[in-house]
Amino acid sequence: HFCFILLWCYTLNVPGSKGSPLSVGAGPALLTCCNVTDGYKVRLSIKTALGDDAYEWSKSELFLFRAVLAFAVQRKTNNVNYDVSNILVCDETERVSFWFVVTTPDNTSELLPKLVVENAIRENRHRINSAFLLTDQTLDFVGINPTLAAPIEYDTPPWLIVFGVVMGVVCAGIVALLVSTFLQKKRAKKPSADPVDDEDGSGSIAGNGILCESIGDKDGTYNQGFTDDDRFTKL
Amino acid sequence: MGWNSRLKMPNPGLDQRVLSHAQLEKLEVEEAGERPKWDNKAQYMLTCVGFCVGLGNVWRFPYLCQSHGGGAFMIPFLILLVLEGIPLLHLEFAIGQRLRRGSIGVWSSINPYMLGVGIASMCVSLLVSLYYNTIIAWVLWYFFNSFQEPLPWSQCPVNVNRTGLEWECESSSPVDYFWYRNTLNITSAIDEPGGLQWWMVLCLISAWAVLYVCCIRGIETTGKAVYVTSTLPYVVLTIFLIRGLTLKGSISGIKFLFTPDLDELSNPATWLDAGAQVFYSFSLAFGGLISFSSYNSVHNNCEQDAVIISIINAFTSIFAATVIYTIIGFRATQRYDDCLAGNILTLINMFDLPEKSIDDSNYASSLSHLNSTYPAIISNLQLKTCNLNTFLTEGVEGTGLAFIVFTEAITKMPLAPLWSVLFFIMLFCLGLSSMFGNIEGVLVPLQDLKVFPKSWSKEAISGVTCLVCCCIGLIFVQGSGNYWLALFDSFAGSIPLLITGFCEMVGVVYVYGIDRFNEDLKFMIGHKPNIFWQSTWRVISPLIMLVIFLFYFATTISKELFYISWDPESVTFPTLKQKPYPVWIYIIIFLLAGVPSLAVPGAALFRAIWKRYC
Repeated sequence: HFCFILLWCYTLNVPGSKGSPLSVGAGPALLTCCNVTDGYKVRLSIKTALGDDAYEWSKSELFLFRAVLAFAVQRKTNNVNYDVSNILVCDETERVSFWFVVTTPDNTSELLPKLVVENAIRENRHRINSAFLLTDQTLDFVGINPTLAAPIEYDTPPWLIVFGVVMGVVCAGIVALLVSTFLQKKRAKKPSADPVDDEDGSGSIAGNGILCESIGDKDGTYNQGFTDDDRFTKL
Repeated sequence: MGWNSRLKMPNPGLDQRVLSHAQLEKLEVEEAGERPKWDNKAQYMLTCVGFCVGLGNVWRFPYLCQSHGGGAFMIPFLILLVLEGIPLLHLEFAIGQRLRRGSIGVWSSINPYMLGVGIASMCVSLLVSLYYNTIIAWVLWYFFNSFQEPLPWSQCPVNVNRTGLEWECESSSPVDYFWYRNTLNITSAIDEPGGLQWWMVLCLISAWAVLYVCCIRGIETTGKAVYVTSTLPYVVLTIFLIRGLTLKGSISGIKFLFTPDLDELSNPATWLDAGAQVFYSFSLAFGGLISFSSYNSVHNNCEQDAVIISIINAFTSIFAATVIYTIIGFRATQRYDDCLAGNILTLINMFDLPEKSIDDSNYASSLSHLNSTYPAIISNLQLKTCNLNTFLTEGVEGTGLAFIVFTEAITKMPLAPLWSVLFFIMLFCLGLSSMFGNIEGVLVPLQDLKVFPKSWSKEAISGVTCLVCCCIGLIFVQGSGNYWLALFDSFAGSIPLLITGFCEMVGVVYVYGIDRFNEDLKFMIGHKPNIFWQSTWRVISPLIMLVIFLFYFATTISKELFYISWDPESVTFPTLKQKPYPVWIYIIIFLLAGVPSLAVPGAALFRAIWKRYC
């Protein structure tokens, strides 16, 4: 795996690859270039993230990257003084992808272990992303998966609240209708002692086209929709 | 057609069982009848439209349309609508209006031996009510869950260790997971009951409670409710149409739906599906329509009503299909774009090409260039094939359409919770207005059969019925509930209806007598029905019904019955797995389809025996 990558770096003529080691600062630059056991590959998808507002990738942007990474590592290692020169970048491509390694401040030929770098990046991922106006998906550290966001916890699930509201309205409706039926029955039971003034002022109560007097002392109106007419249903 | 009058079966005592024209006129004038009445014509029309227009218009018709040759499907659909749907509808309206009884009353008036037809209608209405309200409960669950951002089905939950996403969700999709796990909590086979799911029980109770509050006093309350439940779906469909047309890819969806393929017309399955769709879509043979039209005044123009409602039903089907396919086109285009973007990303990452060097337009040419230069690497990448047509044909029928495909499309739209709320309110109204008809088809026969004591009020009767149905409906909210629902849907709501519909036509034309029926129509609407009605009632429609029934019966009993299950342990997961039914299910199938169907001859036989020996 390592050999393949090394071969790739130096021999394969892939379109768009600059292939030239780029490192600023002291140290055996050529040796540290493409030393992948302690390095990470980074891919930036600026045009995908920002569309028309995309900025051009330039030397300054790379400088910013190295600075942010130095910041992240410094924070992780309890404020050991890291400088931009400790971040070595190589194999930049037009894709906007490159490899980087982190050297220790005291000894530039010694590299920071992969795990430390990884943890530094994980803890400061949000800061690194914001510096470039990118997200976890568009600023891709190959091999470092983004930690998943914590799921939103609700005290009461929202659906229960809506359910409560709907059921409340429905139950209120049922109670109202049952009460109104009960009151209607009570009113109909009362003998027509006083002529009650209703909407048409005729002095008699009519409901559904049926005069109340015709019902007399029956228990409410008898709805023929629920008739028990024996003629029709006797088997 | 004189020869047909001689085909009438002997029917003694008919005059004693039905009110004569003079009596009807008297009833009408004096308003002395105590039968409930519609407040106005609009209520009646809205109730019938609501009953006919249901979930099938939204999630069955578009699928049939697309799979049977798109625009060409309109031809068999409209032909069969005119030859089968409208005549049957007119028949049911007319007989209900004339005899002024619910379905049991009507059939026992026509001939006491035909009581079985009424009982079959009641049984089917009951079985369908049971499972249909469960679908409404599912709609309510999604509705309740739409009031949050982001929508719960837009992302996978994290697994227990918080190391990654939930496996079941990751291998399928967030919408699939939300439907099968969070909503149904489905087991992998029909014989694993899985226990009652408490959240679904709550939703089922709320569905039955809403139905109860609307049906509590019969048409007095449903007549008010339909002002909302029958009109709101059209409003929402229009909103969705406007929204859909502004989305990318909607036109490709509509094109896909309506592109005609005239070869499909030579396929008999197309005509059968069209006939079946017309029949079920009109909610015929449930008994609800007969009941509703019996509350009309005697001189109501039922012929006009039948034609208007049929046209509205057909228009709604086509309108809903268009709306659904704009959204499906959008979703398919999104998926296609995502698929393509994924492939492009893989390619530019592999070859370190600058961003935007490969985009949608030059993808094919770039891929072929790279493939010719580096074939080994390309084959190792395992790029996905992105085909827009595949995405357009995916799972676009039934509950899959509403709860998986459409919900996924909604998550991709801006302001997703709003669209979700609107969509599920629309489905809820469509389902609820159909339930009014189903419940009417259950309650009124129960009165006629004197199952309840006379002293019980309307409220109590509807309350008890809703409670009993809710309790029986608990079958459908257990783990395997979805499989039971599919079972009920395939067998309770299909063959018995076809038999009942056929018997209705034969009963009215040959037992009641077409001549008498023509006279009745002349009395009611002022003119004798013309040659179109005569020919369809006597010959064409019964023939079509018979053909559809025979085909359905033949295909059902000849093949082995399967159901598709969600089985995380199967090799083909997440594709649904086909499993054969266990043996004891066949007994249930026989009960579901057989009992209502056999009630038709059974009641006649029972009466004959009872008369002989009593």
